Amino acid sequence: MIAVELVKLFRRPRTWVTIALLNALPVLVAVLLALTDLGPRPGEGPAFLSAVLTNGNLYPLAALAIVLPLFLPIAVAVVAGDSVAGEAQGGTLRYLLARPAGRTRLLVAKLVAAFVFVLVAVVVVAAVGYVTGSVLFGVAPTGTTTFSGTTLSSQQIVVRTLLAIGYVTFSMLGVAAFALFFSTLTDSPLGATLGALAVLITSSLLFTLDAASSIAPYLPTRYWLSYVDLFRDPILWRDIVRGVGLQAVYLVVLLGASWANFTTKDVTS
Amino acid sequence: MTGALTTTGTPGAAPPVRRSATTVIGTSNLRKRYGAVHAVDGIDLDVRAGDVYGFLGANGSGKTTTVRMLLGLVLATEGEIELLGEPMPRAGRRVLPRVGALIENPAHYGHLSGRVNLTLLDAAGPGGDRRTRADRVSAVLEQVGLGAVGRRPVKAYSLGMRQRLGLAGALLRRPELLVLDEPTNGLDPQGIHEIRDLLLELNRTGTTVFLSSHLLAEVEQLCTRVGVLDRGRLVLQDELATLTAPTGATLVQTPRPDLVHRVLGGRVLRVDGERVVVHGADPAEVNAALVGAGVPVTGLELERPSLEEVVLAAASSSADRVDGAAGRGAGR
Repeated sequence: MIAVELVKLFRRPRTWVTIALLNALPVLVAVLLALTDLGPRPGEGPAFLSAVLTNGNLYPLAALAIVLPLFLPIAVAVVAGDSVAGEAQGGTLRYLLARPAGRTRLLVAKLVAAFVFVLVAVVVVAAVGYVTGSVLFGVAPTGTTTFSGTTLSSQQIVVRTLLAIGYVTFSMLGVAAFALFFSTLTDSPLGATLGALAVLITSSLLFTLDAASSIAPYLPTRYWLSYVDLFRDPILWRDIVRGVGLQAVYLVVLLGASWANFTTKDVTS
Repeated sequence: MTGALTTTGTPGAAPPVRRSATTVIGTSNLRKRYGAVHAVDGIDLDVRAGDVYGFLGANGSGKTTTVRMLLGLVLATEGEIELLGEPMPRAGRRVLPRVGALIENPAHYGHLSGRVNLTLLDAAGPGGDRRTRADRVSAVLEQVGLGAVGRRPVKAYSLGMRQRLGLAGALLRRPELLVLDEPTNGLDPQGIHEIRDLLLELNRTGTTVFLSSHLLAEVEQLCTRVGVLDRGRLVLQDELATLTAPTGATLVQTPRPDLVHRVLGGRVLRVDGERVVVHGADPAEVNAALVGAGVPVTGLELERPSLEEVVLAAASSSADRVDGAAGRGAGR
């Protein structure tokens, strides 16, 4: 069943177009930076971007920081929002369930497919970022400077970049869980996707609002950018741990709700 | 007409499904309510092995909801369902691989070819042997007349081709029971004829066919048993041959109905233009009497009600109508 879902996902042209578009912006930014040599000042603009001019090694992280606020969540919400509602709208859901695919199994397969998509998208963004960075900016031979001013070896950079990829993937699973939940509620994939994006926009907006500071620690987007803390010395684990914990709670609650809804609903599409 | 009781059923306890050894689809007091709407209102289906069962009803009479409940897509508000001797939807994982279904329109992934669509569908559930999959897919494509369709994506298929592909999906595992909702939708007359032959052939080799339709002519040509649904109730369920059995009257075609009246007198039941309905189930006797008296007779046959007449007599007006004082709304 999982294999079937992966075939459906990756034989679909839209999947690859989405991933390609996801990489367009970081590449464009890199080209502009390389041509003009005008980086943002440290502390301004997307994270890591001021550092990449001296070290292309950091560009995968800068690329993730560029797509993380908007493009990556949109891509994830589109794919996960489509997962059940798209089958319902196309009418294939009734044939899958009458096959019988099993409602729980189908939901798990959809979740795994969404996870694989997130992972592939994040890894491709990082890989394209690495290639772009090393070609356009070169790799600093002396090692990489952290936000704390100390220097990391290439090996440390690799390990921490992989940790960052893992963290971003996990954060995006929260988006996928929202979209999947909405996807079991409606027969319109667009509705599910927009629902998930509305949650994220609400969350980002409340995060900037002082009046909402009491609920800020529970907002799904609160710790998204905390992977930057992996590049301090020593690593500042506090927000990363909280971020993982918060996403885990959202995942469990939303997937539970999706399961409860999907396994008991009348499929009339 | 033993099976023609209208099942009103009391809400509450559903009696166990009454079944003979050959029951393939049995329901007992099956109900589905959507809010205040009773889409299916306590029906007792009895489809037996070897039947070609015509499930008739106007639009909105609850056919599709019933079909969806049989397949576990819609969960019943009340009542029991047995499919191939096992309870649904509990035993769906064991039973449904032995059932082929075409539910309303066929649906496929448009960007993939018909072959890939069938392969994915087969791989999506239990009971489809992986080793025989490619061969089975080729065989059913051949069977429904899509053998040479190649790698074209389904979005380039015509409506009739999609219908054939949907049927191919239903036949993929040589099911013991076929549940088909309007299977000839979108097909041209030749296509309809072909599919009818295919279904009859499958039925001859032991497949039970449950055919939901509102095309009476189609059902009359194909089915051995008929159930009629009207506003969520099963108002009729019987052998087609019983329903359309001779009425005991003879139909006489004559240019001189007035003469028939003079010869046979009180035996004339109705006169409709040049058609005269005469009491008596022996056309030869009627003929002898008329010709002996010099009445010209151009045609003679036993009167039988058509399926259409039977259905119209049993069912009320079309459920599409939304009349002002209509008691119960149309189901889904």
